Amino acid sequence: MVIFFELALTFYMISMILGIVEAFSASRYTSIGMTSATVIGFVLHSTNLIDRFILSGHMPAISIHEAISLFTWSIVLIFFFIKYRYKIGLLGSFIMPWVFGFMLIASAFPREIQPLTPALNSFWLIVHTMLAFLSYASFGLSCGIGMMFLIQYSFVKSRKLGDLFKRLPSLNILDDVNYRLIKTGFFLLTLAIISGSLWSQTAWGSYWLWQPKQVWSLITWLIYAMIIHLRLRVGLRGRRGSILSILGYAVTLFTFFGVDILLKGLHTFL
Amino acid sequence: MSIITIGLNHKTADIELRERLAFEKDKIVFGLQGLLELETIQEALIVSTCNRVEIYLSASDETQSVVSACRFLAKFHNIDFEKLDIALYKHTGMESVKHIFRVAGSLDSMVLGEPQILGQIKEAYDLALSAGATGLILNKLMKKAISVAKRIRTETRISENAVSISYTAVELAKKIFEQLSDKTFMLLGAGEMAELAAKHLSRTGVKNVLVANRTYERAVALASEFNGTPVRFEDFKEKLLTTDIVICSTGASNYVLNKTEMEIIVKKRKHKPMFLIDISVPRNIDPEIGNLDGVFLYDIDNLQDVVDSNMSQRLIEANKAEQIVKEELEIFNKWMHALDAVPTIIALRNAADQIKNDELVKLFNRLNGIGEQEKKAIEAMAGSIVNKLIHSPTAALKAEDEDRDMLICAVNKLYKL
Repeated sequence: MVIFFELALTFYMISMILGIVEAFSASRYTSIGMTSATVIGFVLHSTNLIDRFILSGHMPAISIHEAISLFTWSIVLIFFFIKYRYKIGLLGSFIMPWVFGFMLIASAFPREIQPLTPALNSFWLIVHTMLAFLSYASFGLSCGIGMMFLIQYSFVKSRKLGDLFKRLPSLNILDDVNYRLIKTGFFLLTLAIISGSLWSQTAWGSYWLWQPKQVWSLITWLIYAMIIHLRLRVGLRGRRGSILSILGYAVTLFTFFGVDILLKGLHTFL
Repeated sequence: MSIITIGLNHKTADIELRERLAFEKDKIVFGLQGLLELETIQEALIVSTCNRVEIYLSASDETQSVVSACRFLAKFHNIDFEKLDIALYKHTGMESVKHIFRVAGSLDSMVLGEPQILGQIKEAYDLALSAGATGLILNKLMKKAISVAKRIRTETRISENAVSISYTAVELAKKIFEQLSDKTFMLLGAGEMAELAAKHLSRTGVKNVLVANRTYERAVALASEFNGTPVRFEDFKEKLLTTDIVICSTGASNYVLNKTEMEIIVKKRKHKPMFLIDISVPRNIDPEIGNLDGVFLYDIDNLQDVVDSNMSQRLIEANKAEQIVKEELEIFNKWMHALDAVPTIIALRNAADQIKNDELVKLFNRLNGIGEQEKKAIEAMAGSIVNKLIHSPTAALKAEDEDRDMLICAVNKLYKL
């Protein structure tokens, strides 16, 4: 039902606004309000996705609307995990604008359920898309945390220790979680590429077709492999690590959206 | 009944006088006993810290109690009365209540918002309570003061930000490293402030402490104080490879660490963050080092700036706290006023019971030979008439109306109480 999507969008917007308020004047109420709005938004969003799944009989990742929506859902899912696992203050203030922005973009695309070639409607559709989306979402979170790091870093460096400095988490925890997210995203992306090529084999009879999407996911994979390598070898962490996580995410977004829109291939949304 | 505060603090008396007036812990009970022996004083409590000595009293006669309590203090501590009397402030009534609220809320402290005072107030109250020196009024007052202090702490941010150099350094370290327990910390050189910061740091759980000093013996001595390892001064740069936090205060006249050296160290450390605190004047660490990626350098002025801005933040919060004190004062005032009516209510009740009992005795004498059951019925009826008659005047006395003082007066006159 369309209404669930609209409602989810609304609650994400409330959460985003409360998140921005919280960055400037935190109180118990903004943080409770924000958490509840996000949870309600997420439940509504999940309902919308499940509904589409049941109506269409396939994973809701076929149209552009569905893909962006599912991608956003993955971001919120990982956001909850990070928020409660690492207790990162103000994380929502940095993530919810992205969530709302993506949902807004998704809402601009046609919502009709599109038919899927039966050959593609396999178990791989679920496995491959979920792996890929969770990997992209991890990179998305690492980008958000990278931004938080850069802001906090500039506060400590410039010795301007205002309210925002006090509310933001410590540099060490931001850097640490950023790296964990990159490792997780990289691991998931690896599996996504493997599952994608297996799927390609069953659907088109070849593991690797040099499709733009395949090429770009390989580029993304190489970039994150490089980021991890640099960190381990020469200790590229902190400020430069955060910048790289933001750049890496820009490439991820291109792989995700840009390739589909600019470079048409087998993978494009129907 | 009035509440009285007599005392002195860091603003009104020098340390010498404060020391002389201070009550040692085991002397407080004697002090309380002495105060309670004074004629007009019903309840007493003594707060004695290094910055203030105060006594709180509940007394029936304000002026007389103030004078006799001051004389008692002078005698107890063997201080010249005239000299002591000038330094003492004396508050009575609601002024006194306001004073204790502000003291407990740390609005009257030397370091605004410092949290220890509340604990000291609680301790003083526990002592007086267990000595049986407090009663209805001081119990209520102290419980209220403690709750006001807690309200101030939760509703304002008066105690939130560090207002000393050493605490600021610790807070910054936490914002960089999160956990300090697995970090290595080096004290380079010595000096009062450096050692204080080192003490705070080791209290936060830093386990690896290195101490470097130009005189190795001094390093050994300091190291044993912090449970650390002494380092020879020529080796300290090598040790920086595994050190995360450095407090530097060597008294050297030039830089002991320059940028080129530091660049190599940072690279070898694989850019793991470092927090350098240079509290020496002149500075011992090249300020250029602060521009290196992942190295955070703060000198004494930088830290002082943070302290100053935190202090002004506290002053803003103090205004909010004063507002809370004002609100709570009003509530307490109402409670105190309600107490005014209590003697009249009791007297009215007693007078009515007296009349009832007298009349019952007379009646039973006349009605010779009635049974127990009838007697009980008559007593019950008389009781209920009395209750009904005094119910509405009692309720009017209890009500928090503005004309209550007039009513108290009227009831006393009407019933000749």
